[in-house]
Amino acid sequence: MKRFIGFVKKEFYHIFRDKRSLFILFGMPIAQILLFGFAITNEINNVNIAVLDHSKDVNTKEIITKIGASKYFSIKQIIEKESAIESIFKKGKVKAVLNFEKGFGENLIKEHKATIQIITDATDPNTANAISNYVNAILKQYQKELNKGNKVSYQITPQTRMVYNPELKSVYMFVPGVMTIILMLVSAMMTSISITREKELGTMEILLVSPIKPIQVIIGKVFPYIFLSIINAVVIVALSMFIFKMPVQGSLFLLGFESVLFIITALALGILISTISKTQQTAMMISLMGLMLPVILLSGFIFPISSMPLPLQLISNIIPAKWFIIIIKGIMLKGVGLQFIWKETLILIGMTLFFMALSVKKYKIRLE
Amino acid sequence: MKTILYIIQKEFKQIFRNKGMLPIIFVLPLLQLVILSNAATFEIKNIKFGYIDNDRTSTSRALLEKFNASTYFNVLTSFPSEAVASSAMLKGNVDVVLEIPQYFERDLQKDKNNSLGVTINAIDGAAAGVENVYVTQVIQRFNQNLKVDVLQPSNKQMQPINIETIPLFWYNKTLNYKTFMVPGILVLLVTMITLFLSGMNIVREKEIGTLEQINVTPIKKSQFIIGKLFPFWVIGMGLLTVGLILAKVIFKVPMIGSLSLLYFYTSIYILVILGIGLFISNFTDTQQQAMFIAWFFTVIFILMSGLFTPIESMPEWAQVLTAFNPIKYFVEVMRMVMLKGAGIVDVYPQLLKTLLFAVFMNGLAVWSYKKTS
Repeated sequence: MKRFIGFVKKEFYHIFRDKRSLFILFGMPIAQILLFGFAITNEINNVNIAVLDHSKDVNTKEIITKIGASKYFSIKQIIEKESAIESIFKKGKVKAVLNFEKGFGENLIKEHKATIQIITDATDPNTANAISNYVNAILKQYQKELNKGNKVSYQITPQTRMVYNPELKSVYMFVPGVMTIILMLVSAMMTSISITREKELGTMEILLVSPIKPIQVIIGKVFPYIFLSIINAVVIVALSMFIFKMPVQGSLFLLGFESVLFIITALALGILISTISKTQQTAMMISLMGLMLPVILLSGFIFPISSMPLPLQLISNIIPAKWFIIIIKGIMLKGVGLQFIWKETLILIGMTLFFMALSVKKYKIRLE
Repeated sequence: MKTILYIIQKEFKQIFRNKGMLPIIFVLPLLQLVILSNAATFEIKNIKFGYIDNDRTSTSRALLEKFNASTYFNVLTSFPSEAVASSAMLKGNVDVVLEIPQYFERDLQKDKNNSLGVTINAIDGAAAGVENVYVTQVIQRFNQNLKVDVLQPSNKQMQPINIETIPLFWYNKTLNYKTFMVPGILVLLVTMITLFLSGMNIVREKEIGTLEQINVTPIKKSQFIIGKLFPFWVIGMGLLTVGLILAKVIFKVPMIGSLSLLYFYTSIYILVILGIGLFISNFTDTQQQAMFIAWFFTVIFILMSGLFTPIESMPEWAQVLTAFNPIKYFVEVMRMVMLKGAGIVDVYPQLLKTLLFAVFMNGLAVWSYKKTS
């Protein structure tokens, strides 16, 4: 035991001596969470649009003013000809053009009906769709004002209540996501590299012939990273609470427990990666190329899993990050206790045991 | 010249000798392109929809039928009470709950208007916004049917004013998300492979101690650097080629613009990334450090590139920051050229900035290389 403690101490020294890595290790989560919390949003704001007004009457002017005044749009350009649309789209200057038909206001009075084309640059389908929806909503509002005199009969109006995130802040989506990415990649990457490093530099053999048991070598190497990752988790939660006013509705203790569990899952994955790679380069490429995109894309961090095709929904189940994101959103935003997330917790525990068992098996083969 | 060729030869041999790395460099990225492009969609489908029907009349059933018929909603369960429904929402079993009040039909006939309770799980704010739009659309359509049922045909003056909108989706009529994502993900893969490989390569020689041996040979530093980086440039271009073929064959992504323009741009872009890789190598002592830095910037570059989330929606200061993000320009150029058929005049600003980056980054890298050794 004493030898083991000595070994762990040595590992700590190793890490703390490397000031540059340490700076990155602690600076990274802070920089990323601040950047993403403030900058990244999948809402649509200030979309540049252009107007092509063939009518130029009171109504079209009113509509243009209303649209320009909304926070979703800023009117960047007034164009005169249809032929101009193609070139401004190609340059990427505006995302949509509102095309008012000739005699818009007149038609509205005489025919009680007038038409607007919403031409969108649909290379980005999401934005195109959202623009079309938002313009429609503004027009519906305007229409209602025009119809004030008319009694419209039989109306059902939905009273919508947004729960867990009434202000629809996208920070609430991104903080759990960034926390997951950082813990996952830092823990998995660091351990896999640190173990393969010994192999590549040839020092692993020295360690293995020392009286410390192989399992102790692994635990000793992993231990400092558990410690570092926990500090990272604390920093991230503190930043999200104090800067982004993110609530922790549930138990802070449970959040801590689940975070440690997830860190251990990621570390176990890192150990597994290290057993199958000979060089640091391989270990890094596996943990970076193999984990980064799947973790970002298949965990529900940015894209909703329920919208994916079924095979991908199934694959997402083997991404530990998916379960952790469900857990932290549950604890932080919904305030649930263990009785609501025991299934996800068990899955993480199961994955951890699986990774560990597999590593132990692989590791033994290597020693023969 | 001969010396450079020898180094290049040696580097290629080294890459191809490492059997463990080959699949990671060549197969993994393409596999991800094929699989993950399907995951990246903001389209909200299969919304888990539940309802509490306290009225149980023909009107309430007709309304629920409208939700059932909508392709967006999976009408799942009927909840006996609000308490059960909110517990289901806590568990994540349902995302939207519609509550129809008692005497819904009676009050509608009496007062001609009525309200409904809609509860939406808003943890994903953007999704909640879209779900709200869908719910409103279904209810509006139901309202319209109600009107038709009761309104007498009257003269035009009595008709409410109606502004009709015709949405036209250019370049991507079917709003196919993959057409948008595949070029973007290809950008990421090309960037990540070239950056990680080049970023680790020279520092590896440093860590193992072989860099000193090379430094005492008569090879010039510039020869050494070019020889080291050229293979990665080739790998990047190769990856782009295979990726473009897959995009065309599997995802039917259109290639409207000029292929040679795309290659010309990419050839310069990869130089930027290699410059960054070299710079990282110079400033680090171990592969581990190099990797951390490369990873740190990659995540930031990716999330601030406009690939997944729109840049216009970012705050002003963040938009200024994105001007220094090479991935942003590559994503823009890919999408502009492939999907809209933009020509060199249209992508001129991006091209120029990328060129400037390439000169600056490589200048910086070469300069710092001399300083550190």
